[in-house]
Amino acid sequence: MLLNEFLLLAAALFCIGVYGVIARKNGVLVLMSIEIILNSVNINLVAFSAMTGAISGQVFALFIIAVAAAEVGVGLAIVLAIFRNYKTVDLDEVDLMKG
Amino acid sequence: MGVLLAAAQNADAPVLVAENLAFGMIAAMMIFAAIRVVSAANIVHAAVYLVLVLAGVAAQFILLGAEFVAITQVLVYIGAIVVLFLFGIMLTKAPMEGEERAGRDNWALGAFTSLLLFGLLGYVLLDGFGRDKLPEALAPTSTGAVSDAIFGGYLIPFEVVSLLLLAALIGAIVIARRD
Repeated sequence: MLLNEFLLLAAALFCIGVYGVIARKNGVLVLMSIEIILNSVNINLVAFSAMTGAISGQVFALFIIAVAAAEVGVGLAIVLAIFRNYKTVDLDEVDLMKG
Repeated sequence: MGVLLAAAQNADAPVLVAENLAFGMIAAMMIFAAIRVVSAANIVHAAVYLVLVLAGVAAQFILLGAEFVAITQVLVYIGAIVVLFLFGIMLTKAPMEGEERAGRDNWALGAFTSLLLFGLLGYVLLDGFGRDKLPEALAPTSTGAVSDAIFGGYLIPFEVVSLLLLAALIGAIVIARRD
């Protein structure tokens, strides 16, 4: 198999995730798009780990999974707090610091 | 046994065809599901399609021989994070049916940015890695080797990650608490 198959798949997933972060307004959906981005990075790390035979890539992927779990926990708590204060999860309504 | 192994390594052409076929099918499913995640009007459907994407990532990890990472992916992402998302959707009473306004004004900007980014990344990857091959007959990485790396050279980052999880737990409780 070619290394580029995995790298291009990861690039496609990354770009889809970026589209979701920019275009969608629902806070929970933005968090889901961020998960897609983190997963695409994990594919890259594991592919390079298989390419070079070094195990560090897999360890980094495990660290990213742990950090993603922490990120989702705090992110959903923030979305809940926003919903409690604004009665919506539409991120365009949250413009207190827009200036 | 040794003869069998040698034969399996020599006759790698049909094996690689099977691997490439599996890769292609899983990749197509993942990209379709990812597009559905970011374009779904119903957010619960988006969460279910997210499960497909995450399972596809786990399958790619197995194709790459990273079995421990694949199992962790299934446990943490599909087992925990998707459930967390579903709870978040329920608690925020997110619009169930296309309540999100149809005229999303960020649509063009997002499509432009992501297509530009994909073009750039694709050009760079094809230019830089060309037809670099993964090693033939990828052997599964043993869990022992992964744990040796984590508890050897990466011990301090590992402890920092555990502290980070604790901090995130406390932070999430403090932020979401009703007071």
